[in-house]
Amino acid sequence: MLSYIFRRVLQSVLVLLVVGLVAFAMFRFVGDPIDNMLGQERTMEDVERLREQLGLDQPFAVQYWRFLEGAVQGNFGISYRQGRPVAEIIAERLPATLELAAVSGFFALVVGIGLGVFTAIRRDGFASNAIMTLSLIGVSLPTFLIGILLIYLFSVELGWLPSFGRGEVVQLGGWSTGFLTQSGLLALILPSITLGLYQMTLIMRLVRSEMLEVLRQDYIRFARARGLKEKAVNFRHALKNTLVPVITVTGLQLGSIIAFAIITETVFQWPGVGLLFINAIQFVDIPVMAAYLMLISVMFVAINLAVDLLYVAIDPRLRSEGGTS
Amino acid sequence: MTDTPVETPAEAPKGRIARAWDSDLAYSFRRSPVAMVSLAVTFVLIFCAVFAPLIAPYDPFNPATLNLLNGFTAPGEANAFTGESFMLGTDDQGRDVFSTILYGLRISLFVGFSAVLFAMTLGITLGLVAGYVGGWVETIIMRIADVQLTFPSILVAMLIFGIAKGITPIEYRDQVAIWVLILAIGLSDWVQFARVVRGATLVEKSKEYVQAARLIGRSTPAIMFRHILPNVLSPVLVIATISLALAIIAEATLSFLGVGAPPTQPSLGTLIRIGQGFLFSGEWWILFFPAVTLLMLALAVNLLGDWLRDALNPRLR
Repeated sequence: MLSYIFRRVLQSVLVLLVVGLVAFAMFRFVGDPIDNMLGQERTMEDVERLREQLGLDQPFAVQYWRFLEGAVQGNFGISYRQGRPVAEIIAERLPATLELAAVSGFFALVVGIGLGVFTAIRRDGFASNAIMTLSLIGVSLPTFLIGILLIYLFSVELGWLPSFGRGEVVQLGGWSTGFLTQSGLLALILPSITLGLYQMTLIMRLVRSEMLEVLRQDYIRFARARGLKEKAVNFRHALKNTLVPVITVTGLQLGSIIAFAIITETVFQWPGVGLLFINAIQFVDIPVMAAYLMLISVMFVAINLAVDLLYVAIDPRLRSEGGTS
Repeated sequence: MTDTPVETPAEAPKGRIARAWDSDLAYSFRRSPVAMVSLAVTFVLIFCAVFAPLIAPYDPFNPATLNLLNGFTAPGEANAFTGESFMLGTDDQGRDVFSTILYGLRISLFVGFSAVLFAMTLGITLGLVAGYVGGWVETIIMRIADVQLTFPSILVAMLIFGIAKGITPIEYRDQVAIWVLILAIGLSDWVQFARVVRGATLVEKSKEYVQAARLIGRSTPAIMFRHILPNVLSPVLVIATISLALAIIAEATLSFLGVGAPPTQPSLGTLIRIGQGFLFSGEWWILFFPAVTLLMLALAVNLLGDWLRDALNPRLR
């Protein structure tokens, strides 16, 4: 058990070191940082001074170590395009992405479990078949088309919901939130549905198949035989036992929600880190790209690690195997 | 009277086509209307893309044939100034939407196929080497695969595109964008192939025919590519079809986000990106028709992949 945890943590640190190396190599070799920072009119002394100041005259390993040191402290240098510290820009943009991700995750979980249970209980009903077919089409639809479709329907044709931006935001300390104003909440609806739809179908299909499996078990038949109400059987006995895999998948999908937020944020011009990243690619703003890469890998690795460790904690069978291997 | 082998019914070796018609795969195909429609749609779209210069009524990239007065003509209606009419309307510069879609389809399909081919070649080679050679080579290849698998492939593709863009000088960026796109999508997608091929190679490696080949002194590359490879190809086919759908969508997504095919060589994704700007002013057709084409293509290839996976899976038969 302990050795398994140790090995898993070591693996995660290794992944982060490799990603750090990629990010650092981007910094160092894609374009010349000196060129990017100094304009056309520069003297050799300027170049030399900046080279020394940035530590570019040091050996590669030393530079890499310094980069890691900076990264751990949240120091990623200065954006080529905006001329401000990258950490500052990201801190400003992060609340928007996290709020969007949280709402979409919530939507995916609630609607996904609801529809999953429904389609499992009425497995041959017309409505369930329609939902299952729709979900298949939904999976093949690219995210950005779903976003455009929603904008067309609810913003252009019906005019109910805003098509871009966050609406009014309220500053709470360093955190800007859209939860407290009406326009902020309205602005959240379409992007959250767009972003959460794929995860919703995934959870729905998972819950459905797990439910169908569980509903065949003896203890469900026994619960029915005891004369329990359908509702109690379905929700208290059956659903509870389907939730472990659902929680795992949701945990792992959190990472991809944050990654796919890039697409949704572009469609809805949502001022989060994803839009920042896309703009950074368009303008080859390397420090922002590297910082985003590091940020998102820390999130991914942390989530993967947490899910793996949770699994060991929940499932005793894994614990004994993990101990012996 | 001379007996030709065709006339003896039972043991006659049938022609290739007849044998293919009788195979399990063809049987399952004939029983699946979804697969037939998907294949038909895919073929029609590929045909349109390949013969785009012959089918397209206008050449959308030849400025000489464009007339700005034709801009924003609604589908099927006559233009107010010139009286010309276009089946699917025109965009802001008076380009025929139908023609731009055909050329866009060409680029989308070219990028999709090339990216999958690249991913497949890379994945199969690395998978074979990892499986057959083993040792530290295997460890390194599979570790890289694991790390890459932690990240969604669209993110990897974006990153590779960004880095490649940073390396190429500004004046060449638009010219090489298509190739960079192929490289980015291909590199983001090789892991699936490598994993499957490695797994199958590990099984095949210990079989007698491989030992026999080794005994008669065939070289390692020959054993890997001539003997093992044909036996591990059938799962690769399924992954390739599903990968094609994913690659087409990935290309469209990247182009839509503005980090893919440039406006000078628009793919379907670029066309949708352009069309999105006219959504609010009422020119819906500039967005709608490219989107529908992309949708048909992605859906058809996806369903084809699903059918192929089920048809080749012996457990579901």
